[in-house]
Amino acid sequence: MVFLIILNKVRTMDNSTQKPSDNLNIVIVGHVDHGKSTLLGRLYADTGSLPDGKLEKVQAICQQQGKEFEYAFLFDAFLEEQEQGITIDTARTFFGWKGRQYIIIDAPGHKEFLKNMISGAARAEGALLLIDALEGVKEQSKKHGYLLSLLGVRQFAVVVNKMDLVGYRQDVFDGIEKEYREFLGQFKAVPQQVIPVSAKLGDNIANRSEQMPWYTGPTVLDALSAFRKEPGRSEQPLRLPVQDVYKFDARRIIAGRITAGQLKVGDSLVFSPSNKRATVKSIEAFNVDPLPVEGHAGQSVGVTLDEQIFVERGEVASHQEQLPLVSTAFRANVFWLGRKPLERGRRYQLRVATKEVDCEVATIHRIIDTMDLAQQQGSSVVNKNQVAEITIRAKAPVAFDLSASFEATGRFVLVDEYDIAGGGIVTELVHDDQEFLREEARQRDFAWVKGEVGVEDRAQQYGHRAAIVLVTGGRHTGKSFLARTIEARLVADGRHAYLLDGGNLRRGLDADLSEGERGQAAEMARRYGEVARLLVDTGLIVVSTTNPFGMAYVEAAQAIRTLVHPVPVIAIHMSKAPEEAPPNTDIVLSGPIDFDAATRRILEELKRRGVLAQAIGAKPTFQYSI
Amino acid sequence: MRHLRQLEDQSVYILREAYKHFDNLAMLWSMGKDSTVLLWLARKAFFGHVPLPLLHVDTSFKIPAMIEYRDRVAREWGLKLVVGQNKEALAAGMNPTLGRVNCCTALKTNGLKQLIEQKGYTGIILGVRADEEGTRAKERYFSPRDKHGDWDFRDQPPELWDQFKTTFPPGTHIRIHPLLDWTEINIWEYIKYENIPFIDLYLDKGDGTRYRSLGCAPCTTPIKSTAKTVDEIIDELRHTTVAERSGRAQDEGRGMELLRKDGYM
Repeated sequence: MVFLIILNKVRTMDNSTQKPSDNLNIVIVGHVDHGKSTLLGRLYADTGSLPDGKLEKVQAICQQQGKEFEYAFLFDAFLEEQEQGITIDTARTFFGWKGRQYIIIDAPGHKEFLKNMISGAARAEGALLLIDALEGVKEQSKKHGYLLSLLGVRQFAVVVNKMDLVGYRQDVFDGIEKEYREFLGQFKAVPQQVIPVSAKLGDNIANRSEQMPWYTGPTVLDALSAFRKEPGRSEQPLRLPVQDVYKFDARRIIAGRITAGQLKVGDSLVFSPSNKRATVKSIEAFNVDPLPVEGHAGQSVGVTLDEQIFVERGEVASHQEQLPLVSTAFRANVFWLGRKPLERGRRYQLRVATKEVDCEVATIHRIIDTMDLAQQQGSSVVNKNQVAEITIRAKAPVAFDLSASFEATGRFVLVDEYDIAGGGIVTELVHDDQEFLREEARQRDFAWVKGEVGVEDRAQQYGHRAAIVLVTGGRHTGKSFLARTIEARLVADGRHAYLLDGGNLRRGLDADLSEGERGQAAEMARRYGEVARLLVDTGLIVVSTTNPFGMAYVEAAQAIRTLVHPVPVIAIHMSKAPEEAPPNTDIVLSGPIDFDAATRRILEELKRRGVLAQAIGAKPTFQYSI
Repeated sequence: MRHLRQLEDQSVYILREAYKHFDNLAMLWSMGKDSTVLLWLARKAFFGHVPLPLLHVDTSFKIPAMIEYRDRVAREWGLKLVVGQNKEALAAGMNPTLGRVNCCTALKTNGLKQLIEQKGYTGIILGVRADEEGTRAKERYFSPRDKHGDWDFRDQPPELWDQFKTTFPPGTHIRIHPLLDWTEINIWEYIKYENIPFIDLYLDKGDGTRYRSLGCAPCTTPIKSTAKTVDEIIDELRHTTVAERSGRAQDEGRGMELLRKDGYM
């Protein structure tokens, strides 16, 4: 028995020319000149992954030009990278070893190395981090180690290279290993292996080194073989960020990639942050017979639901027992790659899984010095290639997780103008002032008893969706008159609209409130929001003003939004002279108002937002629908 | 076949991201094995539908069997096919004897650029793979092209996790590469696994040769091979150390690098 196992092992050690099908994305990082290209060239040569005659060809060119052959030369896919003009004209970014192909995501040698290293590492399933034995742990060694952790690369081996230059001494290796492990330990990163090698001479790459009998661990290729293909994300709670909703035929398919956990036909799903619920009716697929009945982490799936609920891209489906967090704010560690520095107060696009929403950096807590992680360094900007702790505030609630618990929904990128300019991981939920109302909405929606008629049915019948048209502004700006004009216009057009004046609640629903409570407006806004929620559930377009809330209209508008979410709120702000409008205002009206023109503008906005169908009686075409 | 499913899941995710973010999106289809797998993946992503036009830049020098295959599959799968051709260059007598890079630039690169400009496409999906040749190994999944269709490979925007570059200044466009992580063997394994109909030029039909990579007739030569089935192709590829595109003349010298910098696919 024992012999058999050994024999088997010997056989697999022989890396025949057969190319395997399994593959693993790896990235090679480390300080400049610590030997990345040499290691790559060596890996290709030692695994027999070079095309016929390639090694000899490069060697011959070196001889011609009278210089020593280096394995690094094998790795120059672009002519420009080597002035000497030595290149490999077929791509060699794959090498095979023991039944697996290793894909080197990004070859070194670029000017913008950190940006490429990060792009590469973000796609990597494993990494090799190189440290020069002669030079020891350098700034980039630390930065790259920290970034690997930030990027979620948990499988990595530290390769201490150029051991030949330090006489293969164990004490040098031990010193570097100790120093580097201590550094990694500060952010709880643990390398799979720390391996002493000489990439140039081939020690401990494919073959065990005879120069270092004191080292008994695996070679670099053995360490790579031990990297696992997939971490156990299927065992986690379900996360399915909605990527798109398709209606190519009779099926209405919610498409997305399961980023954690699994789902089955018959599962009840909750979509956050809208709190909509439905049951999985089927899992759709092309050229699969019979259709699958379950889906797992990593799979791009499409599901149909038992009822036509309104969900859109950016929401995260989960099971009700383990919901994602929802807030407009979170604390995070970010790395910045943008040409322009990351500034507090500037507007960026935040992307968490499939959610895309405008945001700003509320606070830059500190710049993280990757040489000395403990150091406190305040700043009002984060410059290119810096890492920082920040708080992000989004314009709308986002469903997310902490990165310690979930990978894909716990990280994000920031887009500056047209480019992804930075990324990061969520470390903490930051409570916002809507938290209690959001929780109330969530509990209320989960317990909501529904009839047979759905939102979609009402929309088809009425020729429009439910919505709230909310007019904000100071005293005597004409809000009430505008609201009445809009209501009249909508009803004249055959829409189902209703003017809900907050004042009407005062003597009835709000009769039990004390003067003090009325002064604060918070409870009034909550009650108003719940009434509005009932009315929009009947399919109405509710027109309203924030009159009863006095100058607290900004907070009141926010509370109403939270309580009626995800029903669209079209916000109009009126003022006598130009002034700053509340967040998320759609239409700003200042100065003398032409009420008819304003009403037309608002109707156009309702059409643009997909609330009104383009023609009365026609089948509504809704921008966000179906 | 788990690794094929993983590749499929990633490609499908990319295709759906592209479809969501680009109003005027098209997919290049050369009828070769890669872009045919890409087309199949689109049917996977969109549940049997192909909700975007397929572009073929016809150089007029294609192998006739490829055109027949194109029209038949387009009919059977209900594809929206858009064929472009650089008629001016052809009228002026462009052909491979005037220099291969010149010919490729005029008939393929410029043919494609004309088509993109004419139709105003902002996203073009292509079946390039990182393992094909050196310049393609540097590609991103979503790769911006400037107003002239040029590619600045030295200064590419970062691509993090599953977040791609989907916003771009007016006048520019994005090339989208869902097959970047696939290898030549993966392509054939997937064709076998999914039973995807492919053009039989890839098989030896008795004369001991087959095409390994398909392009224009004058500039593509068959390889010596007796592979008559997909299984035999896979077996042959597992043991070869000859580059896939060795039969493609445009790869000689700095050909591909120069071509791709200027917007070649």
